[in-house]
Amino acid sequence: MNNYKKIIPIPQGESEFYWNKTSQEQLWLRKCNRCSEAYFYPRDISPCCFSRDTEWTQSSGRGRLYAFSIIYRSPNQGFQEEAPFIVAIIELEEGPRMTSNIVGVDTPSPDKLRIGMPVTVVFDKITDELSLPKFILAKS
Amino acid sequence: MSNKIAIVGVGESDEIGKVPGKSSLQHHAEAAYNALEDSGISIDQVDGLLTAGYSSMVVAEYLGITPTYTDSTNVGGSSFIIHIAHAMAAIRAGYCKVVLVTHGQAGRSARTKAVADPAEPGAQFEAPYGIINAPAAYSMAASRYMHIYGEDRTRDAMAEIAVATRKWAQLNPKAYLRDPMTKDDYHNSRWVAWPFHLLDCCIVTDAGGAYVITSAEVAKDLKKQPIWVLGAAESHDHAIISQMPDLTSPISKNTGARAFDMAGMGHSDIDLAMIYDSFTYTVLVTLEALGFCKPGEGPEFVANQRTAPGGDFAMNTSGGGLSYTHSGMYGMFLVLEAVRQLRGETGARQLTSPKTALINGTGGYLSSAGTAILSV
Repeated sequence: MNNYKKIIPIPQGESEFYWNKTSQEQLWLRKCNRCSEAYFYPRDISPCCFSRDTEWTQSSGRGRLYAFSIIYRSPNQGFQEEAPFIVAIIELEEGPRMTSNIVGVDTPSPDKLRIGMPVTVVFDKITDELSLPKFILAKS
Repeated sequence: MSNKIAIVGVGESDEIGKVPGKSSLQHHAEAAYNALEDSGISIDQVDGLLTAGYSSMVVAEYLGITPTYTDSTNVGGSSFIIHIAHAMAAIRAGYCKVVLVTHGQAGRSARTKAVADPAEPGAQFEAPYGIINAPAAYSMAASRYMHIYGEDRTRDAMAEIAVATRKWAQLNPKAYLRDPMTKDDYHNSRWVAWPFHLLDCCIVTDAGGAYVITSAEVAKDLKKQPIWVLGAAESHDHAIISQMPDLTSPISKNTGARAFDMAGMGHSDIDLAMIYDSFTYTVLVTLEALGFCKPGEGPEFVANQRTAPGGDFAMNTSGGGLSYTHSGMYGMFLVLEAVRQLRGETGARQLTSPKTALINGTGGYLSSAGTAILSV
């Protein structure tokens, strides 16, 4: 784990729960109780209604590919060693969009991906404490 | 006295392109010196300082000035267009009379690198996936545009923009890239972040730029023709790319409409469009957002080298961020070129008596926009 060369997120007070849950292989979102909308990224006051009446809700981990890019050149050495790799915006079933990686695609190329494809969350354990939610193409 | 506002001086740093040994701050200062010299205004008269990248404290200290109005608004590369609106408001409100706006960035040769605050949402939720630079974010937006409006026609449009912009750069002695470029060169250039080839991406240079903006009262006695600000508007609708409301509809749709409204002008009144070209895609989607064409019609709008020298839509006549210069926050250079074109100072690339120019800056990850409309 110590040789992980890519960027490691630093949880903040509002997001500790999120990162604790991803390390347990669960994806949780913050939800506004005023309008019932889930949102990303997790924060205590909702962006939809500017409401303090918010809570955590578990995501199904299912969504669709909303946009993607195949990265060939990265300024970060750790990422460059894994290029080409896929970055993506996922639209989750619950509504919010988040960025992630699509993993499990051998030799990424644009013909292997189509916007709108169903995707499912998986978890990549990058340190003893932290796992990154990533996505694989779902079998449809 | 009229409450009109004018840009009365412009300048780049002494050398731009690859300038090893000069810091970002030195580029700020040289550009400030050159812009003031261009205007004929002395540094002692400057009472407003607007800048981005560095705090205005840092720039003012270097310049040896004590401004009565300062603004370090940094919303990425559009900042220096947004500063036009801020300067206009401040001058009209009486906070200052002569505003200096500076930019400097040793994008290529800096000896140190700025580090993002790890507590920011982007550092926490996007960077760990490799979304750590503009190509990663903008290319995702382009993928969605291709999905909605068709990959082949989008690709053709991106090639048209890259090639047309290079043709302008060939007419600009200060441009960093001046070699001829064909569409084949475009298509054969290596991938950076699919759907972006290398030639979809702006260059990375060292450069500074500055302009001086003031009231009609001060402008009337200066050595250069004042270039009037008729409209200016700013906004932003997200910071990180996953939160952009619509990847194919940037907030320029809002700033453009308001700037046109303030100027009392329509699209057919514009003689020159200076559109921030961080990527070919940025231009395509911004032309649509500004209403020069409808969403999805950008590819037809730029077809057949319409934006190249001799085409009927003059755009990015400096050679743009794609070929002229792009230090990191390129927006400053849009202002410089628009002013010089309106003054008739651009040599081989000079348009025939342009009367109006629209400037549109985009900053962050298609996050912020500033639009300004200038006239002679």
